[in-house]
Amino acid sequence: MTDLYRTVRLIRRFEERAIEFVRSGEIVGGIHPYVGQEGIAAGVCAALGPDDVITSTHRGHGHVLARGANPARMLAELMGRESGLNKGRGGSMHAADFSLGILGANAIVGAAGSIATGAAWAARQQGRDTVAATFFGDGAMNEGMLLEAFNLAALWQVPVVFVCENNGYATTMPVASAIAGSITDRARAFGIPAFTVDGQDPEKVLEATSTAVARARAGKGPTFLECVTYRFDAHHTFEHRTRLSYRSTEEITTGRSRCPVEIQGARLTAADRAAVDAEVESLLEAAAGIALGSAHPDPAAALSYLYAGEI
Amino acid sequence: MPKLSYLKALNRALSDELERDSAVFVLGEDIRAAASNVTAGLHARFGDDRVLDTPLSEQAFTNFATGAALMGMRPVIEFQIPSLLFLVFEQIANQAHKFSLMTGGQCKVPVTYVVPGSGSRTGWAGQHSDHPYSLFAHVGVKTVVPATPADAYGLLVTAIRDDDPVVFFAPAPALGVREDVDFAALAPVPLGVGRVARAGDDVTVVALGHLLHDALAVADELAGRISVEVFDPRTVYPLDVAGLVASVQKTGRLVVIDDSNRTSGFAAEVLAVVAENCTLTAPPHRVTRPNGAVLPFALALDRAVQPGRDQLLAALLEMS
Repeated sequence: MTDLYRTVRLIRRFEERAIEFVRSGEIVGGIHPYVGQEGIAAGVCAALGPDDVITSTHRGHGHVLARGANPARMLAELMGRESGLNKGRGGSMHAADFSLGILGANAIVGAAGSIATGAAWAARQQGRDTVAATFFGDGAMNEGMLLEAFNLAALWQVPVVFVCENNGYATTMPVASAIAGSITDRARAFGIPAFTVDGQDPEKVLEATSTAVARARAGKGPTFLECVTYRFDAHHTFEHRTRLSYRSTEEITTGRSRCPVEIQGARLTAADRAAVDAEVESLLEAAAGIALGSAHPDPAAALSYLYAGEI
Repeated sequence: MPKLSYLKALNRALSDELERDSAVFVLGEDIRAAASNVTAGLHARFGDDRVLDTPLSEQAFTNFATGAALMGMRPVIEFQIPSLLFLVFEQIANQAHKFSLMTGGQCKVPVTYVVPGSGSRTGWAGQHSDHPYSLFAHVGVKTVVPATPADAYGLLVTAIRDDDPVVFFAPAPALGVREDVDFAALAPVPLGVGRVARAGDDVTVVALGHLLHDALAVADELAGRISVEVFDPRTVYPLDVAGLVASVQKTGRLVVIDDSNRTSGFAAEVLAVVAENCTLTAPPHRVTRPNGAVLPFALALDRAVQPGRDQLLAALLEMS
């Protein structure tokens, strides 16, 4: 209970600080804030074991933090520093930490589902007990390669959990204007059990994911979870300047009224909650100091790591 | 010595690597039945898990291979049709190729993409007859176009063992090429190392894949009149710049025969590299498909847009 709260609070405060760093110019290129969707990353990752793997998205900071990545190295990555998770070569949309089974965040929304399916299949071939959890948004449900991945995963009973974060919008396009039929019915068409989950409640997400992970480990194949959520902030921080109008003030107010941090926080005593909050603040304060103090990469090494070795 | 065909060389390389390394597996369409013959016998020998028949989901199974590679496997994908590479260009150029740099070197993506029957297959028309190796070179994906059975064997083995993605083009007109080989001498061929296929003094002809055989035939025809050196780069990217430059510095003349469309094609790159590094005694010449060509169906039209011996011969005679 406390762990889930710590995770959602950490992600929320990390994102709020990251937005400040975008405004101050320490983070170049902006970010896609995960604010409002923290319950999904926290619940899903809490259901995974050490040998499991995840793939993430352009709105991926929450997944990476929930999986246990070092916040200082994550923040340093957003700032393009050499001490970042990816040595400053990936940035906000590509954070990865292979030591934790984080196989990378992907900026092509429908791409990672098939990568995760291949990873989980390979782990099974290697005799490992690995389950892959792959995050994507409602927008990705319209990229064909993701639907192809559902087919492969179901056909070969691959131990993968498809986590669709339905935040209502693909950038500015509402789900109702983009998706014919229903999201879960698309998964069911491939014979994949599909469930709609309250993505604002980390405990509900944890419960649903635990069932899906157990099913995958038992050799019964993929599960699809549609986690219904709401993006509290912009699609991308560029919206803070351009003020796109595609959501009404009323809708945003209603959407924000179910906050995963508050929902989970209400399950703690005031004292426990305050203690976690203080712990998170000090962790992030230290992380910011480390990230800001980290070296920038040498431009002479701009194409380091392009290949596995010299060519 | 026994004869080895190009097609059989591919089969032998796959078989040897499947045998040698349990991380290697082959996936693709109709590969258990071996529709293209490249995987003949492999399913019976290595089983379902090592020879994986896929549905027609090219984008997903190309990414699937990337995911498997991230976990330590060495997938080899067979694409029956060269134009499928357009369908999966994102998955190769934007996914597999970029993981190493974007993760700061945390991972490797050793996937090999084999296209047996690239280029024109004669009569297969617009959407089955492309030869897009220049595209992969442009984005920096390692790309090979072997000409001979021994090179096909050696470069496929190397591609599979390489820790990066490699696209392997096996031109349709080369698949039937046979040569005498000592099987014990078959060995890996390094990427980025070309070969002088025929030594000469007057002009360098650069030729890849099936066109190497055309270049050698033309060189034979001109013997006694023009001394033609034929250089086979074997790898399109990374290009053997040193080998190319050494040859052209010796001859002072250059003709490139290349089955790419002309604009921004491989031949253009060869001319640029030579211009930067050599002093030519005559303007260089390219024999290529025309700008922006789409291969038409009718046989005479198909042939009309492909580079061939007559054009190469004319270019060499004009230059001499």
